Amino acid sequence: MTVTEERPAAEVGHARRRKEDARLITGRTMWTDNITLPGMLHLAILRSPMAHARIATIDVGPARELPGVIAAFSGRDLAEDMASLPCAWPVTEDMVHPDHLPLAVDEVRHTGEAVAVVAARDRASALDGLEAIEVDYDELPVVLDMEAALADGADLVHADKGTNKSFTWVFDSAEAGSGGNVADALDGAEVKLSRRYVQQRLIPAYMEPRSVVVDPTGDVFTVWSATQIPHILRLMIAMTTGTPEHKVRVVAPDVGGGFGGKLQVTPEELIAFHVARRIGKPVKHTETRSESMQATHHGRDQIQFIDLTARRDGTVTGLNVRLLANMGAYLGLVTPGVPILGAFMYNAIYKIPAYRFECTGVFTNTAWTDAYRGAGRPEATYAIERIVDELAAELGLDPMEVRRKNWINHDEFPFTTVAGLTYDSGNYEAATDKATQLFGYDELRREQAARRESGDLVQLGIGISTYTEMCGLAPSRVLGALRYGAGGWESATVRVLPTGKVEVVTGTSPHGQGHETAWSQIVADQLGVPFEDVEVLHGDTRTSVRGLDTYGSRSLAVGGTALVKACQKVIKNAKRIAAHMLEASEDDLEFADGTWRVRGTPDAGKTIAECALAVFTSHDLPDGIEPNLDADATHDPENFSFPHGTHLCAAEVDTETGWVNIRKYAAVDDVGRVINPLIVEGQVHGGIAQGVAQALFEEAVYDESGNLMTGTFVDYTVPSAADLPAFDTDRTETPATGHPLGAKGVGEAGTIASTPAVVNAVVDALRPLGVNDVRMPCTPERVWQAIQEARR
Amino acid sequence: MIPTSFDYTRPSTVDEAVSTLRAAGEDAKILAGGQSLIPVLRLRLAAPSTLIDLGGISDLVGIRSDGDSLVIGAMTSHAEVAASDLVRQHAPMVAEAAQSIGDPQVRHMGTFGGSLSHADPAGDLPSVALALDAAMVVAGPEGRREVAAGDFFTDHFTTVLGADEILVEVRVPKLAGWGMRYVKFNRVAQAWAIVGVAAAVRRDNGGIAEARVALTNMGPTPIRARGVEQALAGADADLDALRAACETAAEGASPSSDVTASAEYRGHLAKVLSRRAVAAAAGL
Amino acid sequence: MTRISVTVDGVQYQDDVEPRTLLVHYLREQLGKVGTVVGCDTSNCGACTVMMTGTSGRHSVKSCTVLAVQADGREVVTIEGLADMNGGADRAGRLHPMQQAFHEQHALQCGFCTPGMIMEAVDLLEANPDPTDEQIREGLEGNLCRCTGYQNIVRAVHAAAAATRGAEPEPAPEDVVPGPQP
Repeated sequence: MTVTEERPAAEVGHARRRKEDARLITGRTMWTDNITLPGMLHLAILRSPMAHARIATIDVGPARELPGVIAAFSGRDLAEDMASLPCAWPVTEDMVHPDHLPLAVDEVRHTGEAVAVVAARDRASALDGLEAIEVDYDELPVVLDMEAALADGADLVHADKGTNKSFTWVFDSAEAGSGGNVADALDGAEVKLSRRYVQQRLIPAYMEPRSVVVDPTGDVFTVWSATQIPHILRLMIAMTTGTPEHKVRVVAPDVGGGFGGKLQVTPEELIAFHVARRIGKPVKHTETRSESMQATHHGRDQIQFIDLTARRDGTVTGLNVRLLANMGAYLGLVTPGVPILGAFMYNAIYKIPAYRFECTGVFTNTAWTDAYRGAGRPEATYAIERIVDELAAELGLDPMEVRRKNWINHDEFPFTTVAGLTYDSGNYEAATDKATQLFGYDELRREQAARRESGDLVQLGIGISTYTEMCGLAPSRVLGALRYGAGGWESATVRVLPTGKVEVVTGTSPHGQGHETAWSQIVADQLGVPFEDVEVLHGDTRTSVRGLDTYGSRSLAVGGTALVKACQKVIKNAKRIAAHMLEASEDDLEFADGTWRVRGTPDAGKTIAECALAVFTSHDLPDGIEPNLDADATHDPENFSFPHGTHLCAAEVDTETGWVNIRKYAAVDDVGRVINPLIVEGQVHGGIAQGVAQALFEEAVYDESGNLMTGTFVDYTVPSAADLPAFDTDRTETPATGHPLGAKGVGEAGTIASTPAVVNAVVDALRPLGVNDVRMPCTPERVWQAIQEARR
Repeated sequence: MIPTSFDYTRPSTVDEAVSTLRAAGEDAKILAGGQSLIPVLRLRLAAPSTLIDLGGISDLVGIRSDGDSLVIGAMTSHAEVAASDLVRQHAPMVAEAAQSIGDPQVRHMGTFGGSLSHADPAGDLPSVALALDAAMVVAGPEGRREVAAGDFFTDHFTTVLGADEILVEVRVPKLAGWGMRYVKFNRVAQAWAIVGVAAAVRRDNGGIAEARVALTNMGPTPIRARGVEQALAGADADLDALRAACETAAEGASPSSDVTASAEYRGHLAKVLSRRAVAAAAGL
Repeated sequence: MTRISVTVDGVQYQDDVEPRTLLVHYLREQLGKVGTVVGCDTSNCGACTVMMTGTSGRHSVKSCTVLAVQADGREVVTIEGLADMNGGADRAGRLHPMQQAFHEQHALQCGFCTPGMIMEAVDLLEANPDPTDEQIREGLEGNLCRCTGYQNIVRAVHAAAAATRGAEPEPAPEDVVPGPQP
């Protein structure tokens, strides 16, 4: 067990109001769609209405004739310019990896796939141009269901590949040496539960639609994009277009949410790039929402077969997971890696002696899937937390007691799990005790018993989720071992200006997370400068030269640590200057509150600002010293960090209509040391809401022809304030041990935790009626159907 | 998205609107509040040649009392209807249904007459109009005529309105001594009704003397649950009696199955919600 | 083209617009008022919410579901003119109490829904100066936010209501100083 050392903290830990807000609350924000350049053309993209078809003929000529239209291109027109969009995560050596061109040339494989583009003087004319394009499609058979896609003789999404299987990836604790053989556990099990859970397909539904502007000037291309990953995008544009990397500048200006949905190198970005390069004029494409729903990558969409074995006393003895993961029609940037990330999380907080995981990636004629808040970890957490509840029900035990019996005790950290990860710290007991108190667990259990007794039409259920997750993506060596194409480090630069003000350049790329505020707090403490004196720059590859961007709850744990290292270098650089000015030996100096002082002579000191001015003038520096305090640092983490917590949900279920009302929701999260409690609280609220949305409201649905039935916000029901409860949140604080900040990451925790808490509550409410599962989202109809089936 | 191009006129009288409509031909569309029409135009699911905006006709806005009826102008916004003391006093269910439409912004622009003329099977006002036996006042080249709500809705998004006719106002009978309630069941707050039930009940000697029940989204048009109404007439005012009476709520209905709900579930909801709406209307 | 006369954030404009031009595109592209944004095409998300005068005073509308021609003769207030909506100097840095409350209560993250959310919240308080949690949540049913889970938005509306009434403001979220934990 780790204990935080006492230390003064001027900024870290305080609920600073955000610097970002000033522009966001007044409408002075720089969204990509706000950018207008002289001579800029507007693009509109024609999308396939067919889920699978050969493009027999396509004629963009009539569009070119329309007033206002400047250019129009089909995939064939741009074929020689285009290369396949990248997949950076070939999870196995023999992974089937079909090409994915930004504009389809010969064949479309999902509805919404781009087939042509029109460039016009204004948005409306570009849209008018789309209607003039003539396309003849020859329909091909459509494959939508993963299990059908894997059957012998199935129609193929990519005929030339001869299979709909992309890969099968296996982890076996016996082979890895991290645990026993799961077959033995299954053979001798006193209790064996087998379940099939469906992770429905979700749509990220960031509020800002994606938008891209490409400005070709000379041989330099400037690309503004509503992206989470300006650095990766720049690299990938260079690698797939032949434009040298140093001739590509990518800027992520203000970005309105991502949730993984903007962790992508998109067809739209490349289409805009190719059109701009062809016609030599700046272009902009901003998707409409209905376009976004069918064309952006989707999330989740897995079928989980899970076997859990245990002794009759509730001790878990083995875990066997077989997963089908829907890739969609193509592989995106990290599509195959998403379910693989989950592989390390099925064992969760539990001591499980034997574990096997097998995942098969499957192609279907649907939109591609890729990262969505949590990316693999919510799916894993859902399955394990659901089946632990089922084990408790099977054995007649309290589900909390089963968890206590199996989880890693706080005095057992660091703990190497059956999946091979070493959890550095945690205290599940503390978080759970705090959560049950906050929730009023015993009282709600009593009310539940009373309602069951009286046969109330509205039953009460209590759902538990004692989750953990892996954050701080990621140790580069681990990524390499998993065949990911890049590292997991992060970079920072700290510049002290002559007036003592500080510019920080980060390689992270915030889109709502408040890095400008939190990074300022960290730097203010490190350098002893006022919070207001720090400016954080990000998102422009011309200023932020090195970076791996923002996803996977990595920014603080990895990027924040790089920032601390850079500050430490600045302080060290200042030391020689200060010693020289103070006419003291470096050995006699100590640094506190932003000042180098001579030990024992507290009045004599030089601040970082004074040192900065001294290097600026450089009139009197020690011999041989470079006149510069500024420093870069890059941090590559040695381990992940492991937030955890206990979420409890009380759900009222109207057994007549199936309506679910969340009566109370309590969450105690341990995200390590907190830089800004206000930001952490906001992330937890939003995360819980997004997980509740999966549990109760959202699902992307295709009809049998592959048309997206939930193609607008009318049918894809993102919950509003009126549909969600208030959440009672609190924290415990067990610092991460791998880096000086002690922070673990909070961006995805709420989403990972809440989905199983809610579904466990719904099922718990209905268990006396014989219900032991409800498929997500637990809409009133699904709940009602489950009750009807149990009654049959 | 942006609509396809169209011509636009904004007449200032009903007569002018009717003659403009007639002259503009079949591809013309009436623009009331636009809260259903504009999204359809934006998605380019419709491409009218001309929009005739009724927003310039001040006569069409307002709520007044006229003898036994409440008269609601077609261009009165949902928000004004929901907030109207006259409506709350004489036909509270109309205010309830108007308040349940869309969201505040939509209720500020969306209009009473626009909603009824649009005749969306999932719209809330049609079933309320049906349950209250409202009369639609329609203006055309030949002058004005009244159409009973029961005759007004003919199919999905289709009414008896001729190509050159405009709904100008709605006469809602004041039902003194009746209780009423509109119950709407939807997935999320701003969503359309999966099923809605408009119920009005007159009680007598402790029992139920008379009841009217109309259903939203249980078929291409709003429908009256006649079987329920008959079973309720003279029934005891207790929940068991209501439960029995509402068992037939879905009979004769033809609900659709779509991404929101199956026909089977809609049929089930019709029963449960009818009972709940009637119970609330009856003060139980 | 149709000529319209419309007052936006206190300034009167006369412009020719195509009848198909949506009010939000008129604001963004003809007037350069890019503070008002477009989040969907079915009138669900509310990101484009502005205030517009109508037959019964000034109310919130979704500017992506209003044609610019429908705004002819009316007054429109956007997030950019909100602070000066009820008079006062057009001065940088001035905030409406609702903007201030959103900042203080951390009621935004990515901020894309924020202009519309603030405008709708202002409309809500004009109709009901002291709303309950439930009334706030119902009143914001037409505005989607993907980041905040709405909880701090509800808190901000309460805070703005208190500030507008001159009542004691909501207690600000407390600082937490890290220390040893069990």
